Amino acid sequence: MTVLVLVEHEAGAVKDVTLSTVTAAAKIGAVHALVAGEGDEASKAADAAARIAGVEKVLLASDAAYAKMLPENVAPLITGLMDGYDAFVASATSNGKNIAPRVAAKLDVMQISDILSVEGEKTFTRPIYAGNAIATVESSDAKLVITVRGTAFDKAEAEGGSAAIENASAEGDSGLSSFVGLEASESERPDLTSAKIVVSGGRALKDAETFEQVITPLADKLGAAVGASRAAVDAGYISNDYQVGQTGKIVAPELYIAVGISGAIQHLAGMKDSKVIVAINKDEDAPIFQIADIGLVADLFEAVPELTGKL
Amino acid sequence: MKILVPVKRVIDYNVKPRVKPDGSGVDIANVKMSMNPFDEIAVEEAVRLKEAGKADEVIAVSIGAPKSKDVLRTALAMGADRAILIQTEAEVEPLAVAKILKAVAAEENPQLIILGKQAIDDDSNQTGQMLAALIDRPQGTFASKVEIDGDHVTVTREVDDGLETVKLALPAIVTADLRLNEPRYASLPNIMKAKKKPMDEKTPEDYGVDITARLKTLKVAEPPVRQAGEKVGSVDELVAKLKALGVNA
Repeated sequence: MTVLVLVEHEAGAVKDVTLSTVTAAAKIGAVHALVAGEGDEASKAADAAARIAGVEKVLLASDAAYAKMLPENVAPLITGLMDGYDAFVASATSNGKNIAPRVAAKLDVMQISDILSVEGEKTFTRPIYAGNAIATVESSDAKLVITVRGTAFDKAEAEGGSAAIENASAEGDSGLSSFVGLEASESERPDLTSAKIVVSGGRALKDAETFEQVITPLADKLGAAVGASRAAVDAGYISNDYQVGQTGKIVAPELYIAVGISGAIQHLAGMKDSKVIVAINKDEDAPIFQIADIGLVADLFEAVPELTGKL
Repeated sequence: MKILVPVKRVIDYNVKPRVKPDGSGVDIANVKMSMNPFDEIAVEEAVRLKEAGKADEVIAVSIGAPKSKDVLRTALAMGADRAILIQTEAEVEPLAVAKILKAVAAEENPQLIILGKQAIDDDSNQTGQMLAALIDRPQGTFASKVEIDGDHVTVTREVDDGLETVKLALPAIVTADLRLNEPRYASLPNIMKAKKKPMDEKTPEDYGVDITARLKTLKVAEPPVRQAGEKVGSVDELVAKLKALGVNA
């Protein structure tokens, strides 16, 4: 089996999630990595991808049409390459989720989303019902199209490989869509999905200002990423890219501190694989305490500043 | 212009799913079922576009058991004009759903198809993208804002880095994320009116689509259970525990 992995990259660097995806793909077959992008940044990303341990070949498709990873442009590129591959594997990121099903449909393959483990050549586990059940599924398709949950696999070594880089011919612009803009959150903090510590706030934080005043100092003290529950994002305390949960980001840090989060199943789906979970909530019956390793029943407006001071 | 809104009947958002003891699936017998919450948002968006004069007709379509009529009636009560039920007792995978929807789109010629970004039962997050690929049209997935402007639609998308905006040539596919809108509750008069709105009944065979499953579910299991730990009585105890775990700050 030979597997084509879509590389996620930014500013010439390969994103961590791709390292986990390479680990998953290597359990299926020999790994070739596809870097789609534009110009110098794409070339640098291809160089970085070639150094990932376990990557045997890198395909570089460089074209203005791939600069923003528009699925209408990138999916035909991948579909065109799939004659030579048995499987296409992407990370279950907003990018991978956007592109992979288009590839699957064109190949007439039923995609397997968000895999947690590789059980056999065509057998995988994946979460369903917000992670309240784990299904083991076997594909009967001739080729595989898969997205990978990054937190379920160890990262491949970023250095150590020396794959050859080949150019892949670009398919150009579909003319169907164009990129208008990206409103990105500026943050000096560690990336939420790969941070070792995450401090998350919920609805109990009252408003955006209070969220910032209570959560930020603790996160700063711990060098942690900031997360939030859906309720906090819906209420406008913080922007959507901080949401942890079934439909937000999936995180599995060493330490997850849930502040004022009651623990709806949709939130738990996004963080229950964290190594240690600490919950601070004044409601002692909050469901979050059922999965927390350490619980503190307290008023967060007193407890969190005190904790920040004492660490 | 016409808007097509596919909707799915799923286990209610507030019900905790239980795995069947024989590991064959999740028990949905005698469990409250509702419209997939993301699909409700899709219906709401379509109805709002009609109310704003951007669309003339909203058609809801569902593929599933006869009980799926319930969610179609909900869509009609929210403001959809008519409905199509494509009846089957089989579990239809996203790829087959996309193929059926392609056939429906070929008959109806909608300029916009709005779907939920994922169904909360199988969490696949595929159908909209697959449909877009099959009909060779652009997609605005995970939408938090949709604006129609002549022959284009501008979609703001919730992505991992923040909010991305793309401009798509119509016809286009949009998949709804949580913050696109807050769906309305259907009023009693509208629920009554919905009973008189037309509902076509079809089968996958009518559209010539083979719905044979490509994936075989070998087993469905409970996830590993996380045991509750202990409660501490004070911040000092919490600090001591954290330090014992090697957290230093």
